[in-house]
Amino acid sequence: MANGECGGDMAKLKSWKELPCGAIIEDPKAVLENKTGAWRSQRPCWNAEKCIHCLNCWIFCPDAAVMVKDGKVTGINYDYCKGCGICAQVCPTKVQAITMEEERK
Amino acid sequence: MILAKTGNEALAYAMRQINPDVVAAYPITPSTEIVQIFAQYVSDGKVDSEFVAVESEHSAMAACIGSAASGCRTMTATASQGLMLMHEMLFIAGGLRLPIVMPIASRSVSSPLNIHGDHSDSLASRDSGWLQFFCETVQEGYDTLIQCVKIAERTSLPAICAVDGFILSHCMERIETFEDKPVREFIGPYKPNWNLLDIKKPILVGPATMQDYFFEFKRSQIEGMNQALPIIEEVQAEFKQKFGRGYGIIDEYRCEDAEAVVLLMGSACGTMRDAVDTMRNQGKKVGMVKLRVFRPLPHQVLKESLAKFKTVAVMDRADTVNAWGGALFTEISSALYDSPTRPKMLSYVYGLGGKEFSLTDAATVLEQAYAGKKEDLVTYIGVR
Repeated sequence: MANGECGGDMAKLKSWKELPCGAIIEDPKAVLENKTGAWRSQRPCWNAEKCIHCLNCWIFCPDAAVMVKDGKVTGINYDYCKGCGICAQVCPTKVQAITMEEERK
Repeated sequence: MILAKTGNEALAYAMRQINPDVVAAYPITPSTEIVQIFAQYVSDGKVDSEFVAVESEHSAMAACIGSAASGCRTMTATASQGLMLMHEMLFIAGGLRLPIVMPIASRSVSSPLNIHGDHSDSLASRDSGWLQFFCETVQEGYDTLIQCVKIAERTSLPAICAVDGFILSHCMERIETFEDKPVREFIGPYKPNWNLLDIKKPILVGPATMQDYFFEFKRSQIEGMNQALPIIEEVQAEFKQKFGRGYGIIDEYRCEDAEAVVLLMGSACGTMRDAVDTMRNQGKKVGMVKLRVFRPLPHQVLKESLAKFKTVAVMDRADTVNAWGGALFTEISSALYDSPTRPKMLSYVYGLGGKEFSLTDAATVLEQAYAGKKEDLVTYIGVR
């Protein structure tokens, strides 16, 4: 809602009088509307065969872009992943299930 | 209780009585003692506050923002370079509408290095969205800091309570303090608008806003400051009712039939009162207007007070380096420009880096204001 990178219909935008004090977002799910994947210069590549599902990447991902189902990693959500590489860093050294690759390769 | 206290001691004493949830601070001359004495209170178990000893003023304000965003009553103290280092964070506290309260021992800003009192630090922070109060005496500093907590929380705006560095921060004065209980009753419990750590009501704090929303959020913040004045007056009235001492947004001293007045802020008002008395004894109709609240700038109050005089001399204890007059002068001139009667405006800059502002200096300004003219648009008092 507050992030207008995608523009949007100006007619639906709120006036300043309707905004919450302190620019807080009362519905945190609003971030779902802003797909930030295009910011990425590096892409995390997840290898399902190597993954031990320790969930380090899920815990540390600052954008909740690691997808998990029933306690197991199912992949990376590239709509939101900004390519920070933290998931690859925290993936245990012996496992190396996530590697960073150039986005435009 | 009547006590002998320096400005710093009185401000720390008020902080003890306020008993904030969190104080995150870094020492800097001349406000060091505020933090030092408060840290002692923490060690002695005289407050319940969490004291965070940070590595810089930038971190101090960052920690305060985190604390305030988590629903805690939060305070810090600083001056000069410390306030400069906080500059980025001041705007964030302002934009997030976090009622952090910060006493400042106003000091010049380097270079050249100088540790003494002027208003360069607080005035350089004028656009950061903080309420700003300037105090004339140690007593006023003590009283104002207590008021600030209530004003900040009621307006959802952070507040600076400034006393002049060394002139007030280090000079001992006889002050009348209140008992702890009535102070705590006066400020009451803190009810934050929102709390980042409330997992039952998750919110997002500090979002990125683009062309479609940034201006709207700023407009809303500006309105918060626009609406602050009646709230300040309300808290001042409540303070007077409870403690018997009162302050106005401005203080007009011997202005009844005055032809010329001098407007200024801070400790020099005391000197000016004395100079006004001397001139009055000579039959010259002069007065003084003390501005206590610089942010929000009380345009309407100033217009109503000043438009009736023939001449208004505005004295700034900070310079704008060629904005043609100090911040006070340009802002007040602008506030008066569209009034039907416009006084002649004279601009003075004085006391930079703690330069003595004497009774003779005050008399010179009053004489020129009374004559209604001087040679230069901006006059620098006491410069060789």
